[in-house]
Amino acid sequence: MSALGHLAGGGPVAEAAPLKRRKTLPYLLLLPGLLWLTFFFVIPAVQLFATSLYDPSGSLETGYAMTWQFSNYSDAIGEYAGHFLRSLGYALLTTAFSLLLGYPLAYAIALKGGRFKNILLICVIAPFFTSFLIRTLAWKVILSDGGPVVSVLNWLHVPLPDGRLLATAPAVVAGLVYNFLPFMVLPLYASLEKLDPRLLEAASDLYARPVSRFTRVALPLSMPGVVAGTLLTFIPAAGDYINAQLLGTTRQYMIGNVIQSKFLRIGDYPSAAALSFVLMAGILVLVTVYVRRAGTEEVL
Amino acid sequence: MPDLPPSRPASAARTRPDSDLHLVGVSKTFGSFTAVDDLNLTVPQGSFFALLGASGCGKTTTLRMVAGLEEPTAGRVLLGEDDVTRLRPYKRPVNTVFQSYALFPHLNIFDNVAFGLRRRGERDLKGQVERMLKLVELDGFGSRRPAQLSGGQQQRVALARALINQPQVLLLDEPLGALDLKLRRQMQVELKRIQTEVGITFVHVTHDQEEAMTMADTVAVMNAGHIEQLGAPTVMYEFPETAFVANFLGQSNLLPVEVDGPDGEDIAVRGAAGRFALPRTRCRVTSGPAFLGVRPEKLHLAATPDAVPAGHQSLGGIVTDSSYMGVSTQYLVRIPTGDELTVFAPNSGVAAPLAVASEVVMYWRPTHAFLLARTAGP
Repeated sequence: MSALGHLAGGGPVAEAAPLKRRKTLPYLLLLPGLLWLTFFFVIPAVQLFATSLYDPSGSLETGYAMTWQFSNYSDAIGEYAGHFLRSLGYALLTTAFSLLLGYPLAYAIALKGGRFKNILLICVIAPFFTSFLIRTLAWKVILSDGGPVVSVLNWLHVPLPDGRLLATAPAVVAGLVYNFLPFMVLPLYASLEKLDPRLLEAASDLYARPVSRFTRVALPLSMPGVVAGTLLTFIPAAGDYINAQLLGTTRQYMIGNVIQSKFLRIGDYPSAAALSFVLMAGILVLVTVYVRRAGTEEVL
Repeated sequence: MPDLPPSRPASAARTRPDSDLHLVGVSKTFGSFTAVDDLNLTVPQGSFFALLGASGCGKTTTLRMVAGLEEPTAGRVLLGEDDVTRLRPYKRPVNTVFQSYALFPHLNIFDNVAFGLRRRGERDLKGQVERMLKLVELDGFGSRRPAQLSGGQQQRVALARALINQPQVLLLDEPLGALDLKLRRQMQVELKRIQTEVGITFVHVTHDQEEAMTMADTVAVMNAGHIEQLGAPTVMYEFPETAFVANFLGQSNLLPVEVDGPDGEDIAVRGAAGRFALPRTRCRVTSGPAFLGVRPEKLHLAATPDAVPAGHQSLGGIVTDSSYMGVSTQYLVRIPTGDELTVFAPNSGVAAPLAVASEVVMYWRPTHAFLLARTAGP
């Protein structure tokens, strides 16, 4: 009620209102987001955590009993360590390739784009106009055995394992890179756009050749973008299952595929929840270490 | 240009036979706009050279071509005998103090200053950096970040960062522009002191005529891509070559006149305001339409024509405006032709202030006047 009174702003307390409003306004602005997170993240997360400790012998039909089954975790890790490692490896490769492709792209758009900047940026996000699933299905066609990529590679006599691209690890990583590249490019662009070209001139003036001008000035100053871009690529890539499912085989399955099949097909909720939590915790630890190491606050 | 004795102290960074900076027929066009038009210039080694002009006159473009940040459309840039016209900036023995300082925000002051030495692979730089920080009075600031320093301190870091490389030529692009007036005056003295100490050629770009005159041995006034006049500040001020220079360096009262011809050692001129004469040595032209110029502080005021001392020339008028400026009072005096002349009267307490609308007589020594060519318009 008092919140509404402040928003209305009038009434007998009008004189005291501005100062008071200034104090309460930030909280009011936080409220919708906090409510959303509470209902759709915190409560489900607690629920998920509880699920991960249920007795795995139960089922959806018979119901689950809370038995504080911490062995769910050791079982999950023991059985699916390979999937975790593969997810980590694919996500790291995806992040590395996205950075290698995305940095020059973002650099070119930000510093050389001129009046085409906006058009080029729209081109970067244009794939989002189509659904994730459709785009990945399209890659299935592109990488298919008789498809254009395989034909060109055959013509160039590039050896392929079993003569195919589809259903291989490179195909899955290629799909991941394609799907997450914009998440790398946009934050990189945002930080490179702020890079003062006069600093690059100053570096040249102070005997920095193009390579050291990049490594000593442009790259350190764009580190916030590199950190944001790698996080935005790595985190969703580590949990992805669509690319592995459509472009790979069970031998390329990532932890996301396991979780998805346990939740939706097998109906083994406790171990699916335990796997989800292990994934979440693992990413959290990696990201914390990475952000500490990258020391973004130093750059800002 | 006048043959300046290069001030080259013993501590001069490099002593090459000829390390003067030469610009030979340099032009730079951006699309259809000509920023610099066939510029010829020689800056003697060890001199403090100021390029003075309004914004857009091509002075910064000239500087950037010397730095290598801009490639001339035509002409050559020479350092001594070396043609550096097409040399990349990182290969030139030239460093710049940028207008916005362009300090690297991610490096501390020490690393900013050491940047150039490190890029050239120098190892033992700690002592050099510390000496340089001492020179600009920033010893002990090495571990701070640029953002933690004031504008004046950042300016000195930018100077140290460029100077430590002992360039053949140091370029300064409006380095004091962002400072407040008091700090600017202080830094002018400081810069001059440092230049004398290190003996490196300084090319200083500025739009502030007072700054140029205070610091530089030689001033070049630029206008629309070319140099209007070049010389020692006193010569430029006392005897300007063009009406542009007369008005850009300080203020001038310019009266349109026609040259009558020689009259002994003098040149006689005639205009709507009357007949005047001035020594031949004070004339840039001796025929045709001209401007008779007198600086406002060279005009003196008398109440009546009788009070004008002998040997002076005079012109009567009415005071239309008076502004008190502390050290002097600035009067606007309208003469019968309708032109208004500016007079700076020192507030030395000798003469009583004049009221607006009072009749006065302005007088000046003929040797203080100068005669310039008048090409078009009044």
